[in-house]
Amino acid sequence: MLAAILSLGFIGMIAAFALGLAAKKFAVEVDPRELAALESLPGVNCGACGFPGCAGYAKALVSGTVDLNLCPPGGADVVVKLARILGVEASAAAREIAVVVCQGDNRRAQVRYHYLGLEDCTAAQRIAGGPKTCPGGCLGLGSCQRSCPFDAIEMTADGLAVISREKCTGCRKCVAVCPRNVIRMTPYDATVHVLCNSHDKGAVVRKYCQVGCIGCHICQKTVPGAYKVDNFLATVVYEHSADADEAIAKCPTKCIRDFTTGYPDGSSLTPAVPEKPHAA
Amino acid sequence: MSKVGQQLYLSSSPHIHSGETTVKVMRAVLYSLVPACAVAVYFFGLSALLVLLLATVGCLATEAVCQRLMGQPVTIADGSAAITGVLLALNLPPTSPWWLTLLGAVIAIVIGKQVYGGLGSNPFNPALVARVVLLISFPVQMTTWSAPAPLGSGLDLVTTATPLGAWKNAVMLTGQAPVELQGGLTQYFLGNMPGCIGEVSALALLLGAAYLLYRRILTWHIPAAFVGSVVLLSGLFWLVNPAKYPSPVFHLLTGGLVLGAFYMATDMVTTPVSTRGMLVFGAGCGLLTVLIRLFGGYPEGVSFAILLMNAATPLIDRYLRPRTFGVQAGKG
Amino acid sequence: MCAAHDRLTEMKLKTFAGGIHPPDNKQWSAHKAIEDCPLPAELIVPLAQHIGAPAVPCVAVGQQVFKGQEIGSAKGFVSVPVHAPTSGEVVAVENRPHPWGTSLPAIVIRADGEDCWSPELEPADPGELSPEEIVEKVRQAGVVGMGGAAFPAHVKMSPPPEKQIHTLIFNGVECEPYLTADHRMMLEEPERILQGVALLQFVLGVERVVIGIEANKPDAIALLTEMCAGTPVEVIPLEVKYPQGAEKQLIAAVAGREVPSGGLPMDIGVAVHNVSTAAAISDAILDGRPLIERICTVTGPAIREPKNLRIRIGTLLSHLVDACGGLAEEPGKIVLGGPMMGFTQLGFDVPATRGTSGLLLLRHEDVPLHPEGPCIRCARCVQACPMNLLPTTIGAYARRDLISEAAEYRALDCIECGSCGYVCPAAIPLVQAIRYGKAAILAKKRKA
Repeated sequence: MLAAILSLGFIGMIAAFALGLAAKKFAVEVDPRELAALESLPGVNCGACGFPGCAGYAKALVSGTVDLNLCPPGGADVVVKLARILGVEASAAAREIAVVVCQGDNRRAQVRYHYLGLEDCTAAQRIAGGPKTCPGGCLGLGSCQRSCPFDAIEMTADGLAVISREKCTGCRKCVAVCPRNVIRMTPYDATVHVLCNSHDKGAVVRKYCQVGCIGCHICQKTVPGAYKVDNFLATVVYEHSADADEAIAKCPTKCIRDFTTGYPDGSSLTPAVPEKPHAA
Repeated sequence: MSKVGQQLYLSSSPHIHSGETTVKVMRAVLYSLVPACAVAVYFFGLSALLVLLLATVGCLATEAVCQRLMGQPVTIADGSAAITGVLLALNLPPTSPWWLTLLGAVIAIVIGKQVYGGLGSNPFNPALVARVVLLISFPVQMTTWSAPAPLGSGLDLVTTATPLGAWKNAVMLTGQAPVELQGGLTQYFLGNMPGCIGEVSALALLLGAAYLLYRRILTWHIPAAFVGSVVLLSGLFWLVNPAKYPSPVFHLLTGGLVLGAFYMATDMVTTPVSTRGMLVFGAGCGLLTVLIRLFGGYPEGVSFAILLMNAATPLIDRYLRPRTFGVQAGKG
Repeated sequence: MCAAHDRLTEMKLKTFAGGIHPPDNKQWSAHKAIEDCPLPAELIVPLAQHIGAPAVPCVAVGQQVFKGQEIGSAKGFVSVPVHAPTSGEVVAVENRPHPWGTSLPAIVIRADGEDCWSPELEPADPGELSPEEIVEKVRQAGVVGMGGAAFPAHVKMSPPPEKQIHTLIFNGVECEPYLTADHRMMLEEPERILQGVALLQFVLGVERVVIGIEANKPDAIALLTEMCAGTPVEVIPLEVKYPQGAEKQLIAAVAGREVPSGGLPMDIGVAVHNVSTAAAISDAILDGRPLIERICTVTGPAIREPKNLRIRIGTLLSHLVDACGGLAEEPGKIVLGGPMMGFTQLGFDVPATRGTSGLLLLRHEDVPLHPEGPCIRCARCVQACPMNLLPTTIGAYARRDLISEAAEYRALDCIECGSCGYVCPAAIPLVQAIRYGKAAILAKKRKA
């Protein structure tokens, strides 16, 4: 018993000594600013900055060659912290979040064939351009959901991606992965969006979708300046969208939605406490 | 020209399928185990039947509960849990108490399978994980063997030693193999010897394995390499000192070797996918089995050997990939 | 024929390692003689029908064209022109639905019913032509590989000088289930094939010429063997196994050599052409006629009367269906090509192209629908893979976007033959996953 304690203790002491020596001898000099920068970054390694993980971005920051506002998940707070650490002036970019500009789930938009195969939008898109008749509509196979590092995307039971305003950090991973370009970056303060991505003529859209934009210009006439219609598709002009919500009731296909009053039908997400856009 | 439209299926090629499904594969494995189960029930009577039923029902129930708790679809109909149950039972003594059997079933499914993500994700053979946990935790219950008492013979189950156990005891006590072991090789082959439920009849197991080979669910590689390396290595020892070491035929027919080589070591999920990998896997199993049997503390080493090789499977898969068509050997 | 069949079954036939044995289902159409498909009123000729740069239109709307007249010119070396399949008026040059799944530029011709050949096309005497002139004529005739890949034939006929071709293999394997177009051509028009064989042999200056035919076509083997007696052309029967007709597997079976990974057959001195390509080359030289028609098997359980049709390029699939007595049943899947490597279609409003070897109509109950399950590592895909890959591993990596791992397991060597997907008991869409991985690997390479 005693021998065991002594011998193990002895081995332990030798090992501790060797470790301590090694730590001293092979110590790697790290810029303290790099450690501080890494600490202030969110640490989710989403890659939105374009560097391999937060550590990569921290390293690049200290080298002084990159902007401070490349971390959308960190938002304004992180920019302020980084500016203090690195001793430079910087302003945060306005917060942007991703929005799926489509409401055409499998119930409301036509599906032109039964797709068999990988549960992946890019793979499905390669089979005759995807099962959804609308060339711009959400395919609903959830590639964006799987790509989201923040668990901000919900797939509804009828196959529509919906992005939570609160959870989205604007890292753009979903934008990059979507084969139909149906996810757009929008200012966080703008809560009214036209949820359609089809440039087809109204008569064509009506054939395959109950909630698609038909390019009727009513929104543009109702709130001049807040909407523009380009090639049969209306979009919100986010710089002048203060009164955009007035057109919602007028839209004949109900494809304009204010996200503070509710997410698209079928979503289980609930809007946070309605907030009025504060001065931009 | 009739109109076609939204009723069409579109997919990537191929557009036809062999018709083989996981469920069919699992079902075939279950069928192949029927002879072995029948022989076990014949020799050990209702207690073996009880263990078989308890283990199977236990595995199915545990899997259902696990999947329900994790909010996953319940897939007990795919047959994989049932196979785990039957194989577990075949790896238990016929006199196992009910709680031991049920505990084994829970261990097999929870620790052996579901914690890794369910079917296809487990690195170790679930039935063997359970067997080994039980063997280490409850050595008395797990090594209480009884002599077979064929149905209708009027005999009661009597506690005795397995041939391997008898041999190991003798060697430990005297340094010599026992002069005479109970029964003979023919009896072993037919299954008339003490042992686990599924260890007894090499004949019944081989019958089932032949069916699996015919259905192409089993390939010859692992069993051949396993049996071959056991024969080779044990034969070597036997030739050197036949007074101490048993013959290769004794090795083959006693203990769990046939069950192990044809059923436990051929579990698809936990074994390599390439043919070279399968050969190495089988040879490794055989080598370890003989070493444990001859020099280890336990009389039987098949389970440990297979589990150790299961652990080596990812490594084998990584380094023994088939040579890609058009790539010269040695160049990636 | 019976004797020939007996001999085949006794012989140890050449083949490759791996592969599968799907039911060949050729009985629907194997005995049907080639029929001329009636000329449709309108033909839609896509400008992209081959691997390589699409052709550029060289006719205008309203223009009258002759049968065989060039209507789209080649752009670059790996490209071929397209020709009017009949005489008539160009009524549109616009995007039309294409078998590749999208709308692509096409020239629409309204047939005038005269079917009048262009007077500029003239037969040539091959004895007076140099190899280079023959290659040029083949290019002008728009000949592409007609086994399905549609790679321009003239490119394969002009290997760089350092790559001496010593073995010329003709592919009469037709290993895809259901398809019988090549089989019928070998039986009914062997002269055309053998003339093309002789031309290619002359152009490439090769010693060894082989026609490889799967042993399930004993009549074609017997006929061609008889016709080739006394010539240097050797007819080799091959084991019935899919994908025996894949280029690399055919070379392995016939020449016993492996095309190096990432390389071409010419790297080991071999050239492979389909038998129907040989026939098209013969037409291009001896008759001076461009590639405007081909033989196509219209088959499957959902068609009323399966047939082998001689069709004009640009004929709509709906016309082919009508020519075969219409639909017997509502189709569940429309496949262009064979069931192992063909492409599903959205409808019958796409035209047949030069690569359309078959139109397969499956019923709803023929479509494999069992849901995908987890991989149980049964290794059937590994045993089936003719390229000795680990399909399940590559597929799993590709699906998780682990692209460099997929590349390390040699995803790019996959020939997408579908053997793995056919045998997978878990119904994993392995080919689709590997394709996805291959596309990602190539995209990454382009970026780097």
